Amino acid sequence: MSQSASPDVRAARLPADAYAERFGDAVPPLTSAQAVIEAERCLYCYDAPCQQACPTGIDVPSFIRRISDGNLRGAAQAILEANPLGGMCARVCPTEELCEAVCVRQTQQGKAIEIGRLQRHAVDAVMAEGERPVFTRAAPTGQHVAVVGAGPAGLACAHTLARLGHEVTVYDANSKPGGLNEYGLATYKTAGDFAQREVDWVLSIGGITVETGYRLQEPGQLATLQQEHAAVFLGLGLAATRSLGLPGEGELAGVMDAVDFIAGLRQAASPAEVPVGRRVVVIGGGMTAVDAAVQARLLGAEVVTMVYRRGPEAMSASEVEQQWAKTQGVTIRHGLSPQALLGEAGHVTGVRFVGTDEPDRAEAFEADMVLKAIGQTFVSSPWADVGLAMSEGRLKVDEQCRTSLPGVWAGGDCRAGGRDLTVEAVEDGKQAALSIHAFLQSES
Amino acid sequence: MADLRSNFVGIKSPNPFWLASAPPTDKAYNVVRAFEAGWGGVVWKTLGEDPPVVNVSGPRYSTLLTPDRRVMGFNNIELITDRPLAVNLAEIRQVKRDWPDRALVVSIMVPCNEESWRTILKQVEDTGADGVELNFGCPHGMSERGMGSAVGQVPEYIEMVTAWAKAHTRLPVIVKLTPNITDVRQPAQAAKRGGADAVSLINTINSVMGVDPRTLTMVPSTGGMGSHGGYCGPAVRPIALNMVAEIARSPETAGLPISGIGGVGSWRDALDFMALGSGTVQVCTAAMVHGFKIVQEMASGLSNYMDEMGFTSIDQIVGRAVPTVTDWRYLNLRHVSKAVIDADKCISCGRCHVVCEDTSHQAITAMKDGVRHFEVKEEECVGCNLCVSVCPVESCITMRDLAPGEIDARTGEAVLAEPLNWTQHPNNPMATPA
Repeated sequence: MSQSASPDVRAARLPADAYAERFGDAVPPLTSAQAVIEAERCLYCYDAPCQQACPTGIDVPSFIRRISDGNLRGAAQAILEANPLGGMCARVCPTEELCEAVCVRQTQQGKAIEIGRLQRHAVDAVMAEGERPVFTRAAPTGQHVAVVGAGPAGLACAHTLARLGHEVTVYDANSKPGGLNEYGLATYKTAGDFAQREVDWVLSIGGITVETGYRLQEPGQLATLQQEHAAVFLGLGLAATRSLGLPGEGELAGVMDAVDFIAGLRQAASPAEVPVGRRVVVIGGGMTAVDAAVQARLLGAEVVTMVYRRGPEAMSASEVEQQWAKTQGVTIRHGLSPQALLGEAGHVTGVRFVGTDEPDRAEAFEADMVLKAIGQTFVSSPWADVGLAMSEGRLKVDEQCRTSLPGVWAGGDCRAGGRDLTVEAVEDGKQAALSIHAFLQSES
Repeated sequence: MADLRSNFVGIKSPNPFWLASAPPTDKAYNVVRAFEAGWGGVVWKTLGEDPPVVNVSGPRYSTLLTPDRRVMGFNNIELITDRPLAVNLAEIRQVKRDWPDRALVVSIMVPCNEESWRTILKQVEDTGADGVELNFGCPHGMSERGMGSAVGQVPEYIEMVTAWAKAHTRLPVIVKLTPNITDVRQPAQAAKRGGADAVSLINTINSVMGVDPRTLTMVPSTGGMGSHGGYCGPAVRPIALNMVAEIARSPETAGLPISGIGGVGSWRDALDFMALGSGTVQVCTAAMVHGFKIVQEMASGLSNYMDEMGFTSIDQIVGRAVPTVTDWRYLNLRHVSKAVIDADKCISCGRCHVVCEDTSHQAITAMKDGVRHFEVKEEECVGCNLCVSVCPVESCITMRDLAPGEIDARTGEAVLAEPLNWTQHPNNPMATPA
């Protein structure tokens, strides 16, 4: 491969006024007229397939009917009742694989109702209004619950518990609550700082205290939480990333985790401050890989190549996500596994791949920046040692999200058996809260 | 291209589509635009005595809308023409002179004395117009002054004024009927007794469109107060069709020419009216919603339909469905239909199931062998047609007529070939043996 001059990694590749549009809403909100016309397409199905397909069981026909009735508040109530993070799920759910996949209008017309966009329309309207609370809290129970992790699972759990009259303290290691919603999503999926606006709405129910900068990592901490609270919910997420296991991985400049790249963008005052390579290689085939690759393009990278070890059907990024990446100018290559990181003078210059199933096939891509997105993992230590049962390296829970440790519940990406979807995390948090509530009532 | 020409009580027009007496026919400017667009005729907006009436200068119209703002129903509180009589008469004369092949009928409404009618009829006849329509239908404003529907609700007045009209003009006299009565056959018979050449119906229906949810005042309002208006548009069409059919099939009025009015917006709507006995149709709302060009779509559709069916003149359509309208008591109670769901067309929305389950006869499954599946249970189905009515997929659910000899799974009995109606039915104490 030809050796280029010094690595080209820098911020502000674009004119200053180019960023706002590029990092604005990828999918624009519906106008009122669009929403009403789209809502009228809904057939108000019996035992609706869309509702069954929703991990949180949102009563989709009801909320859509309320939109066409001019009752946006009622629509938002129906959504938030089932899913307190309905605003974010409306933005990030792979609806084309969930509710919209089974919409009967898809069967009939090849065009499902735009459930996600309608959901956003209703929830945004109520959050923008903001004055009257959507829900009121039950009378105080005097019980106090600890929620560890202020991501989707933790927030949903805290909100549901608070509604039921319990006091909740949410602990989180980061400086801002929100978890993946705040640190792990592409900016264009949650434009206008929606993640924090949603956190504000969740907290506005009252009874929830947030303690940031708290990292749960010692068995003693868990024991203390259990002593000080009537119940503990763990929404720990996936705190570690998989490594390539290649020489130079920890040393070569320009090689970084995609999640850090994404988080850096989300936390930057302006995308213009975020350095990006002229040529970027993203390794991986999930949503994180797509979010990183597309945003590298949006930041002005000239060549972005996403390389995945298997075929398109095996990618955990949905078909729509893959398509989105391609329309944004990302080249997706399949069937290639990373073999070596190439570098010069301490900086990465490229990656060499070998055919996953074809040992004779070799390809190398020049890169000023390499983003690793080959998966995140649960940090199971030391929890396995304190009696928390594990399965597939994550926390083992029952259908009520109870762990093997009495008084401790868990949900979201840290529990075994899920699909790592935001909407599943929300459902876990909700179900855990209902289980905790039943437990606390039986106690008192 | 089928021949759409119409000859209605001697009034000729190139097609059976007339604009009804209403705002679209208030003056020469509009009528000329209508004729340019292709309307076969117009009924000029109702003339009255001078001084002209005064209309509100505020909302005169209001609509019943679907969520995507398509007009289902339309309401108005506009009165008859508010222009001086002489201006209207001069314009009518000029327009008729310029458009000799189009029907130009003049609607009239004056107080209930013979002299008033005699005077205006002579003036109208003098313009060269083709006919007159007596407005006994307008339900708002004018009725408070003893005109419009106030006349149309009293058969004796209808007969009296119709007789005056026939006595004082040689023009064809069409009597426009109000639907704001209990039995439309009574005013129709009165018009016929008075010598009417034809009736036209329906005029608008008394209506209040609603209430503003913020102010809790009725709408539309004129400075905070509202008054009922006349309702028209697609929503009234079934009501109008029933009234047309009642007159067409009533022995006392059978054969009396009818100009059908009420929610005609397409060739299909016009066909309904014509097949049930209307020689022409009159249109207002569709023009007020879409503009005059809509007549071209109506004419195109009717013409293509006639070609497809092999009809060469509209006379072959008019009244064709009237013999199929009867009293309920004459329906064959031995006829059995069952709903059939085409599983290949079914999109599994479940609407048929839930409405049958909740509101009818529990005759449609929601699940079969543990899978979402919608199928008719013939042993429960009474053939009510509700599932067909709510199914979003055209011809997915159809009704199958059981042949004589076939077993009705609901009753366990064979369908008998010999019809039996209520007048013959053993459960009817008044029955006469079949």
